[in-house]
Amino acid sequence: MADKLYTRRDVVKVISFSLLAGSGLLGSSCVNKEATEEFLQRHYLEMTEDEKKRVVKRLEERYRKDYGVKFNISTEAAKKGTLWGYGLDLSRCIGCRRCVYACVRENNNSRHDPQVHLIRVLRLKKGNLINLEHSEHYYNPEHVPEEGFIYMPVQCQHCENPPCVKVCPVKATWKEPDGLVVVDYNWCIGCRYCMAACPYKGRVFNWAEPKIPKEEINGEVHYLGNRPRMKNVVEKCTFCIQRVRSGRYPACVEACPTGTRKFGNLLDQESEIRYLIENKRVFRLKEDLNTEPKFYYFFSL
Amino acid sequence: MRTTFILSLLFLCAYGYGKTKEEFPVPRPPFTEGIFPCSSCHEGMEVNPKKRELKEEHRSIKLRHGENFRWCLDCHDGQNRDKLKLVSGELIDFTESYMLCGQCHGTTYRDWKAGIHGKRTGYFSGKKMYFLCVHCHDPHNPKFKPLRPEPPPMKPKETKHGR
Repeated sequence: MADKLYTRRDVVKVISFSLLAGSGLLGSSCVNKEATEEFLQRHYLEMTEDEKKRVVKRLEERYRKDYGVKFNISTEAAKKGTLWGYGLDLSRCIGCRRCVYACVRENNNSRHDPQVHLIRVLRLKKGNLINLEHSEHYYNPEHVPEEGFIYMPVQCQHCENPPCVKVCPVKATWKEPDGLVVVDYNWCIGCRYCMAACPYKGRVFNWAEPKIPKEEINGEVHYLGNRPRMKNVVEKCTFCIQRVRSGRYPACVEACPTGTRKFGNLLDQESEIRYLIENKRVFRLKEDLNTEPKFYYFFSL
Repeated sequence: MRTTFILSLLFLCAYGYGKTKEEFPVPRPPFTEGIFPCSSCHEGMEVNPKKRELKEEHRSIKLRHGENFRWCLDCHDGQNRDKLKLVSGELIDFTESYMLCGQCHGTTYRDWKAGIHGKRTGYFSGKKMYFLCVHCHDPHNPKFKPLRPEPPPMKPKETKHGR
C-alpha cells in the first residue's frame, strides 16, 4: 500500500477542487454568467419554486433581448382532476391545413430552415383508411376537399403509455399528471431516440436556430410548451399547454373552419370529449401498439 | 302524498322547459352589411307570400335548400321581419336560429348542443362561444363551400440543408 502514490479519496478531492475552481472562474466572468447558470440549471421536475422563478426571469430577459418582445413565461402546474383528451372528426376534416399554420403561429415554431410543423395532415384514398403507408401529406390541389379522398391530421397523440418517454436516456421528456407529454428543452440532448420511438411521427427536431418573424412572436408562453426553442432540441405538440391549463381551447381547435377538432377533460362526464367517446364511432391510431393514445378519431356521420 | 306528486310533476315540467330553453351564447349572426333590422325596409310593405323570382332586392339569394318545397316565409315571419318563425308559430330571434334548423336536422341539432357538431371557441371550462349553424352554412345554400388549402409542408429537398 505504501508505494501507491494517490488513494481514491485524493483523486476525488483533486477533481472536485479543480471543478469548483473552474466553476468559480466561469461564475466570476460576467460574460459567461448566464451560460453558467444555464449549464448548472437542474431538471424541471427537480427545481424548487424559487429556482423556477429564477430560470423564468433569466429566460424572459434573454428572449426580450433576442426577439425584442415582452415574454410572459408560465410554469403553471397541472390541475387536479384533469386528463386532457382530443377528438378529431374524420367525416368533417377537409384537409385545409388551417390547423397546421395556427399551431405554427401559436407555438412560435420556426417558419423556414427548418420548417417545423407539429401537425401533419395525411390524405388517404377513401376506403383505404388503414393503409397509412400510401398516405400523402404534400397534396396541393386548388380546392379541398377533393373527390375520393379523406384527410387525417396526425400530431402527438399524448399516449398514456408513451414509448418516447421510455427511450429518453436523460429523462428530458415525461408525462405530466394531466396526461400531457412534455419536453424540458433545456434538458434535451438532441439524441432523437424519442423520434425513432414514436409510432406517429409526432416529434420534430430543430436542425438549426429557429427563425420566427419578430412581429409574429407569441409572448404568452409556458416553460414546457411554446417558449422559443433552441437549436438541437426535439419539440412536439403539447395540446397548447399554455392555453389548456388556463381553460382555453388549443389553437388548432379554434382555427378549424369545419369544427372537426374537439377537446376536453376525459375525467369530466359533461365534457365534449366524453360525449363523443360514448356516442360516436371512435378509434385510436395504431391501438395495437399498446400506447393508449388520448387522441380519439371519430366519425360523426 | 298527492301534493308531493303534483309538486314533483311541476318541477319536472319546469326542468324540461328549462332544458328546451337552454341558452347558448353566440356571436352576431353573419348578416349582410346594413341589412338588419329587416323591418327598416319591410315596415309598411305589403306581404306577398307568392313564390317568385326576386327582381329588385335580395337578388344574390339563390335558394338551394329544399327549394321545391320552401319559400321565404316558411322561416321568416311575414308580420315581424326581425324574427324567424318556427313551425309551431313561435317567433324567435336570429340569434336563436339553431332552433329553426333543429326542426328538420334533429340529430345534428343534438350533436351541436353537445358541442360535437360545429365549433366552439373561448374557455371550455367557462365562458365559451357557440357558432351558429349559419356561421358555417349559408341558410339559403347550406352546402359547405370548398376552400383553398394552406401551402403544403416543404419537401426535404426544398430546404436549405436538403440534398
